[in-house]
Amino acid sequence: MSILEVNHVILRFRGVAALSDVSFTVAPGSIHAVIGPNGAGKTSMLNCVSGVYRPQRGSIRFKGEEMVKLAPSRRTKRGIARTFQNIALFRGMTVLDNLLIGRHLHQHAGVLGGGLYWLFGQKEEIEHRKVVEDVIDFLEIQHLRKKVVGTLAYGLQKRVELARALALAPDLLLLDEPMAGMNAEEKEDMARFIVEINEERGTSVVMIEHDMGVVMDLSHRVTVLNFGERIADGTPAEVQRSRAVQDAYLGEQHGLFD
Amino acid sequence: MTALDRLAGDDTFPKLLVRNAWRRPEQVALREKEFGIWQAFTWTQYRDHVRDFALGLVALGLSRGDKVAIIGNNRPEWVWSEVAAQAVGAASVGIYQDSNLNEVAFVIDHCDASIVVAEDQEQVDKILDMLDKLPKVRHVVYTDPRGLRKYQHPALLSFEAVEERGRELAARKPDLWLELVRAGQADDLATISYTSGTTGFPKGAMLSFSNLLGMALNLLDVDPKRPDDEFVSFLPLAWIGEQMMSLSSALAVGFTVNFPEAPETVADDTREIGPHVMFAPPRYWENVASTVQVKIMDTTPFKRFMYERLLPVGRRVADLRFQKKPVPLAWRVLYRLAHWGLFRALKDRLGFTNVRSASTGGAALGPDVFRFFHALGVPLKQIYGQTEISGISCIHRDDDIQFHTVGTPIPETEVRISETGEILSRSPAVFSGYYKNEEATAATLTDGWLRSGDAGYLADDGHLVVIDRIKDVMRLADGAQFSPQFIENRLKFSPYVKEAVVIGKDRPCLTAMLCIDLGVVGKWAERNKLSYTTYTDLSAKPEVYDLLQAAVDEVNQTLPAAARVTKFVLLFKELDADDEELTRTRKVRRSFVEERYRLVIDALYGDQTEIPIDTTIKFQDGKTARIRTTLLVRQLATGRAA
Repeated sequence: MSILEVNHVILRFRGVAALSDVSFTVAPGSIHAVIGPNGAGKTSMLNCVSGVYRPQRGSIRFKGEEMVKLAPSRRTKRGIARTFQNIALFRGMTVLDNLLIGRHLHQHAGVLGGGLYWLFGQKEEIEHRKVVEDVIDFLEIQHLRKKVVGTLAYGLQKRVELARALALAPDLLLLDEPMAGMNAEEKEDMARFIVEINEERGTSVVMIEHDMGVVMDLSHRVTVLNFGERIADGTPAEVQRSRAVQDAYLGEQHGLFD
Repeated sequence: MTALDRLAGDDTFPKLLVRNAWRRPEQVALREKEFGIWQAFTWTQYRDHVRDFALGLVALGLSRGDKVAIIGNNRPEWVWSEVAAQAVGAASVGIYQDSNLNEVAFVIDHCDASIVVAEDQEQVDKILDMLDKLPKVRHVVYTDPRGLRKYQHPALLSFEAVEERGRELAARKPDLWLELVRAGQADDLATISYTSGTTGFPKGAMLSFSNLLGMALNLLDVDPKRPDDEFVSFLPLAWIGEQMMSLSSALAVGFTVNFPEAPETVADDTREIGPHVMFAPPRYWENVASTVQVKIMDTTPFKRFMYERLLPVGRRVADLRFQKKPVPLAWRVLYRLAHWGLFRALKDRLGFTNVRSASTGGAALGPDVFRFFHALGVPLKQIYGQTEISGISCIHRDDDIQFHTVGTPIPETEVRISETGEILSRSPAVFSGYYKNEEATAATLTDGWLRSGDAGYLADDGHLVVIDRIKDVMRLADGAQFSPQFIENRLKFSPYVKEAVVIGKDRPCLTAMLCIDLGVVGKWAERNKLSYTTYTDLSAKPEVYDLLQAAVDEVNQTLPAAARVTKFVLLFKELDADDEELTRTRKVRRSFVEERYRLVIDALYGDQTEIPIDTTIKFQDGKTARIRTTLLVRQLATGRAA
């Protein structure tokens, strides 16, 4: 069974078709890349899965359950977490607090319970802190624990954002350009983390990425979009050989060599 | 009675461990910060892990006389592995965790290790990559399973798996553990400590328990440590200095050793622990002092005002103490005020509140840095020693501190100067020789005297003064002897200079290659609205050259005319151990550097004002990067005058 099934999804903004009849499936425990030229509809696709956009037609099933009508927060509760192309963290708060907010969804103590901290709140806080510390250790950001996010370098903020998504303990992780704007060394670290999240935690990953080296190295399967349509889907090797993909990336040159 | 007799028969590390676990079973022996919390291990737990792992090693076929190589960051497992190997009667061999593939392979192969304990994937990869060149290695044990789940190498197994085998063996042979421990002798080979060596291949100094413990106990006499002391272990455990603290001294005294969470968190973790005992190379102390300076530049005007008024009070009092003069009452009162107004808070900030014993060794430390710490009330002392003498032979005494000396010998230790001006020392801590290197042993040991290779002299009050490596000491044009290291140290006393290499042997005049300190110079550039991109870019700025010229000029003022630096360049990169320019203990490998920067040096002695550079640099994992830039040569006025 697949963990995510996207079936015939259509998303329009008035006259503009952002996604026309896109389908793909993500196998559990795999890294699945979504690639395509600028404006191909990659981020729109991710937004449909995470619930930012609601597609006009089609179905998105996560672990067999229909997601399209669910609010984003409910999807998160089911086990979907994501990072954003532009970092979405509370810049004025510490790394630790940002990660604890990532746990918010799993917290139950209300105003009253939290108010009676020593009776109810403390035990819960310790549990969540354990999960967060595990993520901190995993992503090697121990030295940043008490640092304010806004003061960190861009590459580190990206890592903290990944940590925030990971703190949700998701089954499916959606990464929107996790390596954009990073230098070679940071990219290498990030690639290693993605592989380790996938291997060590068994988390399925859907990733949008422009760095083809990274995509081909990490992914088990690749879906290629162009102008909102799926033009290819397969293993990295298959996709690289696909004529339609070459055309989309390099421009159509029919007739030139035929 | 020798120092060793005081141990009353518990004269090996494993025996001391058993003794400590019996005497104070519930006291904390080791602490490791993990998941943001200090996880403690009592002496009982320490012993149990060592016992299980030792028996596990026996189950893997390790026997008396074998070697176990250990590589990784400072973690309890590192220490357990070492003592476990020694309990079996094998010797431990520490490898610097930032060594590259070839360095790792050389040491493992040379020491004939059959089992390697590697911390994590990074270290395991290094060993597996070279395994076809390491026929003697039978098992590779890892302590952190992360990322290794998919590895299916037959030689690979986890630390827990070895402990589990040990427990199975213990169930079958319950007496084996104590039999093994009792079989250990003080004169057994405990560890082979590879000295990175500023020349050629590393050499393995063979040290016995009596060497290591003799040194530790004699040091205790003049620099006491107590069972309730705290110590933070953050320097490589492969280094003799860290062995001396975290193993020899900790086991003999029974104080607590703390391992920080990650290399980046050392400063914060030190503050949380508030250690009583500290030992670090000059670079560490310089770093702390310059960090304080940089932070003071950034703080509120009020705090800066207080700092600038109160620190001189501390310096003044420290100076009086150095000169062994009485401190007048007025200054005592002022010092108290400064203590409450500044030093107390500053020490707390740095984690030095409880420090009773602080020492620095390996190279010279600037008088300003020394004075700074003494002003705060951190009693920093200089030590001197070699790996071959198990760490330390000389140390300052509390009431007798002189910047330019390394103190006087510790008990049972003799120091004399040979006819050629070389420092010789003799003590029960002197090693038995280099492993599989008779030639080097013969060149280093004569009639029990250890040749240091350092030039020095004994002052009238018995203090030892170290000049430089003998082979580096040079004659100037006027025939006087002079030491490049002396000038380099002077240059490095400037906060802007991170590393300095002075050239001049068999040359008409002295020149220098300097590396700027990116943190401090970067801060200075920021304050002076000077924009820069990289280290290479910053060090090529004329403004930075002006800044460094002022520093060089200042040093030149204090030197005789013939020993002044006439020209200098700022190198485009920091000297790096990965490029083999520094040893893993961060000493400059002079001959290598002179060879590598031959073009630069030739240009310094020519009349070029610019040197085009096109070179590649190496990283730990064997990758390379290319650098292309142009170096400027700066001629100094003092040089021309001379």
